[in-house]
Amino acid sequence: MKFWDRLGAIDRRIIYTVIGLAVIIPLVTKLTFPIRVSDTVRSAYHSIERLPAGSIVMISIDYDAASGPELQPMLIAVLRHCFKKDIKVILTGQWALGLPLGEIALNQVAAEYNKKYGVDYINIGYRPGYTALIVGIGRELRDFFSTDYKRVPIDSFAFMRRVHNYNDINLLVGLEAGATGDAWVLYAGARFGLKMFFGATGVSAPDLYPYLQAKQIEGILAGLQGAAEYETLVNEKGTGTLGMPTQSVVHGLIIIFIILGNLSYFVLRKKQK
Amino acid sequence: MRHQIPLIVVFITGVLLIVTFFIPHEPFGGLEQRFLIWYSIVAGFTMLLGLDSLTRYHLVKVRNQKSGWGYSIVLLLGLFLTLVLGFYSWAKYQSPFALGSPFMFLYTYVIIPLQATMFALLAFFIASAAYRAFRARTTEATLLLVAAVLIMLGRVPLGGWLWHRIVDLVDLIPGTHLAGLKNLEIFARINDWIMDIPQTAAKRGIFIGATLGGIVMSIRIILGIERSYISGS
Repeated sequence: MKFWDRLGAIDRRIIYTVIGLAVIIPLVTKLTFPIRVSDTVRSAYHSIERLPAGSIVMISIDYDAASGPELQPMLIAVLRHCFKKDIKVILTGQWALGLPLGEIALNQVAAEYNKKYGVDYINIGYRPGYTALIVGIGRELRDFFSTDYKRVPIDSFAFMRRVHNYNDINLLVGLEAGATGDAWVLYAGARFGLKMFFGATGVSAPDLYPYLQAKQIEGILAGLQGAAEYETLVNEKGTGTLGMPTQSVVHGLIIIFIILGNLSYFVLRKKQK
Repeated sequence: MRHQIPLIVVFITGVLLIVTFFIPHEPFGGLEQRFLIWYSIVAGFTMLLGLDSLTRYHLVKVRNQKSGWGYSIVLLLGLFLTLVLGFYSWAKYQSPFALGSPFMFLYTYVIIPLQATMFALLAFFIASAAYRAFRARTTEATLLLVAAVLIMLGRVPLGGWLWHRIVDLVDLIPGTHLAGLKNLEIFARINDWIMDIPQTAAKRGIFIGATLGGIVMSIRIILGIERSYISGS
């Protein structure tokens, strides 16, 4: 009897310690698992892959550092894919505290591919009131972003002179930790026909599936697994792939804890009867 | 008058924005764009309002030495330091987000670790909560539990690894040749099915309900029936 009681009441400090070890050990031992690429990620990948060189992709940083571990690897993988294909990138962000993460990733990946600011990519920064500016860019980008994040007029950059609204942008990549993705679909997608795909945190991704099924978006990168899958397709391993063994082991442990808890529950219930 | 003027402003703005959505031609199109720019400006000022409210609340807390006033000092110091570094970086580097600026130093070495730590703690709490609360007490709870376990397996490479081991084990039985089934990736497929069909159906139902609620609430606000947004109503 005592065994089953104990099994159903494991001290939380033991659980925390086991989870802590499950996070650290796979990272230290560099455990690896093969990554299976899902259709939703493959379809997102192809929406960039089929764009010709010189196309323009807008990336929106709609997350902050709390969701960085899941979404930053996606940003880096998408930037690598764009720069590999000589696609020009416009970076913006609807979360003020996320924009520095975009700047960090842009500088890192641009250096890897020898891309130049203002020629191959630009960071137009953040403006408050995202629903208004998502609708407003459909008419004229300059009404909201007349300068880049360093207050340099965007018309001083050659490739930006031809960008006025969504007709001049080939694809939007939204990296979402909240509900901003809904606004992109409802206003930029449904009203102005902008093509887009999203990378989202594991908890936000389920909200986006109805849009995917209705073909309003091209694909979804869901959670760290989505980042790892995109890294696999781009053939550049990053922190997404590195984190998957840890996530796998922790998921396995949580399942074991759930089974133990239920075993104890059923045995004790049977004995009480 | 204090209540009637906001109601009139809301009514005119609401009706105009509906009209401009369906008639994007001039003069309505230009009018809509103007409204959107105003909205963006007003949204900017709401941040100042938030800053003012936050500062006042914590200053009062410190002055009256209410419980936890020490944390308020930390908050005010953090706020002040971030503002100073932000303005300094803006002045010297044209943007607080410029790499190498003092603001980016603060962001990289304080804000990122703090936010990441707060979020990372969830893994520990979720593990503990799942162990304690996830019991198959009813049919609904059992369904939820089974779906959660299958999703947890299907979402990570562990599911694929486990499936391969299951096929290998079954293959040990003499006369069975199931190696071809390895590519089936059963857990990943179950995950895809749950996400695509029952999950999406439920989400769509919630979305439609919430949107209908949003439309009803918007009409009530435009027509002045719903007045709770006006202070004192």
